[in-house]
Amino acid sequence: MDNNSKFLLEQVASLHDIPKAGVFNIRENGKLLARNIDSEVIINSKEDKDGIDIIVKKGTKNKSVHIPVIVSMGGIEDLVYNDFYIEDDCDILIVAGCGIHNASDKNSSHNGIHSFHIGKNSKVKYVEKHFAFGNGKASKILNPTTKIVIGENSTFEMETLQLGGVTYSNRKTDAKLKKDAKLLIRENILTEETQVAKTLFKVELAGENSRVEVVSRAVAKDSSMQDFVSKVIGKAKSFGHVECDGILSGNAVISSTPQIYAKNPDAMLVHEAAIGKISLEQQNKLMTLGLTKEQAEDIIIKGFLG
Amino acid sequence: MLELKNISYVVDDNGTQKVILDDVSFVAQDNELVVITGQNGSGKSTLAKIVMGIIKPTSGKVIYNGKDITNYSIDKRAKLGIAYAFQSPVIFKGITVKKMLEIASGGKLNINDACTALSQVGLCARDYIDRELNSKLSGGELKRIELAMIVARNAKLNICDEPEAGIDLWSFDALVNLFKARKSSYVIISHQSKIIEIADKMVLLKAGKLEKVGTKEEVMPLIAEEKCARLKV
Repeated sequence: MDNNSKFLLEQVASLHDIPKAGVFNIRENGKLLARNIDSEVIINSKEDKDGIDIIVKKGTKNKSVHIPVIVSMGGIEDLVYNDFYIEDDCDILIVAGCGIHNASDKNSSHNGIHSFHIGKNSKVKYVEKHFAFGNGKASKILNPTTKIVIGENSTFEMETLQLGGVTYSNRKTDAKLKKDAKLLIRENILTEETQVAKTLFKVELAGENSRVEVVSRAVAKDSSMQDFVSKVIGKAKSFGHVECDGILSGNAVISSTPQIYAKNPDAMLVHEAAIGKISLEQQNKLMTLGLTKEQAEDIIIKGFLG
Repeated sequence: MLELKNISYVVDDNGTQKVILDDVSFVAQDNELVVITGQNGSGKSTLAKIVMGIIKPTSGKVIYNGKDITNYSIDKRAKLGIAYAFQSPVIFKGITVKKMLEIASGGKLNINDACTALSQVGLCARDYIDRELNSKLSGGELKRIELAMIVARNAKLNICDEPEAGIDLWSFDALVNLFKARKSSYVIISHQSKIIEIADKMVLLKAGKLEKVGTKEEVMPLIAEEKCARLKV
C-alpha cells in the first residue's frame, strides 16, 4: 500500500496498515487486497458478481469486522455487493467506509450496495465513513446503498460520516423493522465548494413496538448542496423520530423533506428540522470565553458534526 | 476598574429614534460588587452587553483599567479579563459541559477544576461533565452551568445578567456565597434582596436613565418609593 492508501485506510477505518489479526476484508481499486476470518465470522467472495458475503455466526459477541474500500487512482468505477448475515444473539461492530484519492482528470466512483439480514436478539453497530481527497479536476463519487432487515428484538445502530472531499454522493438507506426491533441512525455530512450530497432514508416500522431514531446533522459551506429526504412508515404500534439539523454558510443550500405515514393509529411519528446559519448567540457566547469569531465557528461546527 | 462614561444607546424603531440608554455613567472598583437594578425595560441588559462588547453604544466610552475598550471586540475584552454570564444561557448541540468549561478556563482545565466549578454552583459534577449543553438540560441546570463557566474563567471582572433566574433556593445560597467569597469584581443585574444585601454599590436605572448610584441604603428607599407609586396608579 502506498502512503495515500494508508492515509485513506486510517481515515475511513482507523487502521494504520493491513492488520495482523482480527477479521477484515480490504478492497483496493476494485480488487481484494487482504482478508482474514475466524471461526465465528466467515467472509466469502461472491461467485456471480463483485462483492462478499459476511456471515456472523449465532452467539458471536464483542467482535469487530473491518471491511474498508480504497480507491486510490482515477478512472475507477467500482460497484460492489456486500451481504451481511448476522445470526441470532450476536453483538458485533462493523466498520465499513470508502476512501477515494484522485489526482487525475478521470472520475472515480464507488457504489457499495450493502444488505443486512439480522436475526433475533442481536446488536449491530455499523460505522460507515466516507472521505475523499486529491487535487485533480475529476469527480470523486460515492453512492452507498444500505438495505437492512432487523429481526425481532434486535438493534441496529448506524453511524454514517462524510466529512469532506466527496464531489457527489447519493446515500440510500432502506430498513424494515420487525417486532421490538430498534434502529438508530446518526448521519453527519459536511459539504464544501460545489459538492452535492443526497440522502434518502426509508424506514418501515412493520413490527409491534419497533422504534427508529434518526439524527441527521448537515453542514453546507460555499456553494454546496445537501438534500435530505426521510420516509417513515408506521405499520404497527411503533415510534419514529427524525431530527434533521443543518448549518449553512456562503451560498450553500440544504433541503429537508419529511414524509411520515402513520398506517396504524398507534404509530407515533415525529419529524423535526431546523436549518440556518451559525447562531450569532452561540458565536457571541464562545467569544465571551476568549475565542475569536473564526475559532468559535470551528468549535460550533466540529461539535455539531460530533 | 471599570468606568462607563456617558453611555447612550439609540435604536431605530420603525423610523422613530428609540432611546434605550441615555447618558449613563458609573464606576465599578476592583473587587467591588455592583448590583444594577431597575424595572423591566430600563436598559439593564443592554448596559451589561455594552460592557462585554456584544452591543456597541451609540455614544459614550467604556474604560477598563484606564484603557478605552469601546471599540474592542468581545474576545479582545474577554482576553483582558472580562467574563459574562448570559441571562438566557445559549445551548450548543454536540458540545459537552466539560468542553465548554475547558474553553472557559482557557484550555487549561483538568477534571478536578471542572468538578470544582460545577460543585460551586450546586451541581454534582459526575452527572453533568459529559452531558451535551443542549435543550435536554432544564433551565435551572443551564443557568448554573452558565455560572460554572464564570467560575472556570477566573476573570477579573464578571458581568452576570440575572444570575438568580431559574435557580432553586438551595442553590441560591451557594450562589450568594460564591459572590461573597469573590476575589474579583462583579457587576450583577439583579432584583433579588439577598444579592442586593451583599452589594457594595447599587446602580438604579429608570427608563434608560441613571436614577441613582450609591449604597444600598441610599438606593433602596428610591426603589420602595417607585413601587408605592406604581401601586397607587
